[in-house]
Amino acid sequence: MAAEDAVPVEVVAAPARPDAPTDSLAWLAVPAMVLLAMAPAFLVESFRLFQLTSVVIYAVAILGLNIVTGYNGQISLGHGAFYAVGAYTTAILMASFGLPYWATLPVSAAVCGALGWGIGFPALRLGGLYLALTTFALAVAVPQVLKHDALETWTGGVQGVFIAKPDAPFGLPLSADQWMYLFTVAIAAAIFVLARNLLRSRIGRAMMAIRDQPTAAEAMGMDLAALKTRTFALSATITGVAGALSAVAVEFVSPDSFSVNLSITLFVGMIVGGVASIFGAVFGGLFVVFVPNLAEDIAGAAPGVLYGAILILFVFVLPTGFAGLLRRVAASARRTTATNDATPGR
Amino acid sequence: MEGLPHQIVAGIATGGIYASVALALVMIYQATHHVNFAQGEMATFSTYIALTLIQAGLPYWVAFVVTVAVSFVIGVVVERVLLRPMHDAPVLAHVGIFIGLLLVISNLSGWIFDYTVKAFPTPFDTGAPMLGGLVSGHELGSTAVTLAVLTLVYLFFRHTSLGLAMRAAAYNPVSARLVGIRVGWMLALGWGLAAAIGAVAGIMVAPVVFLEPNMMLGILLYAFAGALLGGIDNPAGAVAGGFAVGIIENIGGAYLVGTELKLTLALAIIIAVLLFKPSGLFGRVVVSRV
Repeated sequence: MAAEDAVPVEVVAAPARPDAPTDSLAWLAVPAMVLLAMAPAFLVESFRLFQLTSVVIYAVAILGLNIVTGYNGQISLGHGAFYAVGAYTTAILMASFGLPYWATLPVSAAVCGALGWGIGFPALRLGGLYLALTTFALAVAVPQVLKHDALETWTGGVQGVFIAKPDAPFGLPLSADQWMYLFTVAIAAAIFVLARNLLRSRIGRAMMAIRDQPTAAEAMGMDLAALKTRTFALSATITGVAGALSAVAVEFVSPDSFSVNLSITLFVGMIVGGVASIFGAVFGGLFVVFVPNLAEDIAGAAPGVLYGAILILFVFVLPTGFAGLLRRVAASARRTTATNDATPGR
Repeated sequence: MEGLPHQIVAGIATGGIYASVALALVMIYQATHHVNFAQGEMATFSTYIALTLIQAGLPYWVAFVVTVAVSFVIGVVVERVLLRPMHDAPVLAHVGIFIGLLLVISNLSGWIFDYTVKAFPTPFDTGAPMLGGLVSGHELGSTAVTLAVLTLVYLFFRHTSLGLAMRAAAYNPVSARLVGIRVGWMLALGWGLAAAIGAVAGIMVAPVVFLEPNMMLGILLYAFAGALLGGIDNPAGAVAGGFAVGIIENIGGAYLVGTELKLTLALAIIIAVLLFKPSGLFGRVVVSRV
């Protein structure tokens, strides 16, 4: 039924942004943001810094999910699986093969990309909910595979793998936590910039065209299945890198830290942060790291109930997430200033 | 007890559970084109209700009937409150609600009834195995119950005017509304029915896998696999697929992959179906018209 496909996807409607301001102020914003991102490394104590590192890592993972679900419209409920595979690849390469942490990242990325392609290929030839079903099954199955005896030499079975947190290189006067934070921020910044450029390019527009008007996109000559599969592989790659970073930051991987709940957490982070918004991923990261603690304070024994209720509330009240809320506030502020300027004698 | 015939019989027993859950999923899918990811969690919650009633001293079958009725009401209320207002919302919003529902219900189960693994009573004779050692009393009884439920559902949809109205509402909502069927309420009834079928499946499987908040997660996965194998838009196919998956799971678990990779087997079935027969064994091939 083509009529159903033609319903515009409201939740994920991309904002019509005016072109970025080209004046010199915009160029000042870049070093300001770099300083702002680096500052916590020298201002907060090490536990808080670890939490912030987790925020950045989750933000990258959610960005990966957002590219395929938000921008391409293909719902994945199993990105925790790619996070897990990325983390395990890095941990095994460090523990069993003695590779340095930075050298494992490209390998983890490649492994997750290949796995993403392998899962996406069968599921994405078909439209609809097949990807959601397959990825949900993947998320449930992955911890079992990680625990399996056949892989125990590398994965350590139920016990998992311990690795050591790297020290700062080149004799920099930084603690391991400070270095890990800065390293994570640098990788994340690179991924965010690349993702932003990709999404504003021809390919990014093709992704959104497939999400909003698949029939028209196909009529324009796009190979839907191929594009969707590649987008999914890319998104798995990004989430896999996040997993790899998490293995180094946490210094430990075990099957039980990658249950289906992780996939659900990433999904919740994406919805709450803002679907189809690059910065929404950062809000999503903040949400999934800090809100569970808060929820425990508020709801006592049942933080998960509150968590689920927040998700449902966002779908109902604020389907564009935090990012959408900020956009709306900014837009109305701009409108107010514009009217004030335009009204003479005020 | 370990031979191939026993594995097949045990597979039919668990297959009945998968078939019930698959039927519940497909009923909602047919009417709304959405897959209820919280179906398993709702069934687990119902099973906790049943256990509470039994522990309160109600006879087993009274508790059974009360639980099924309560689950029906819960299903209807969920549809009315959460999904009705979202009727025209995009797919992602629906999946968001299902996932939210999954989180709320599974954590609610753990919070109210605590997270410890609980034994669940069975009304069937658990003594000596029957049919020459082929099948245990509970396997036989639960297969009989699931088959009875599936037959009842079939008769309901085939031979009652309400069943016909529900099929019409699922098949062609616009025309159904024009002949005076209240399509919205038919959807709600479908949700209630799905929740009730899920409750039966939960109660029948709990003595085997023991009751805990995540009890139905693996079963939901097998139900997905069964629904896809049989054809996700064909209720009878989904039931057949559920039984087939039960048998494949038992034989595969015994001879092929061992019990530790049983969930991965479900994933493999899903991927194999998508690769080789995406419409399932009995499903319609979907052709979208421009």
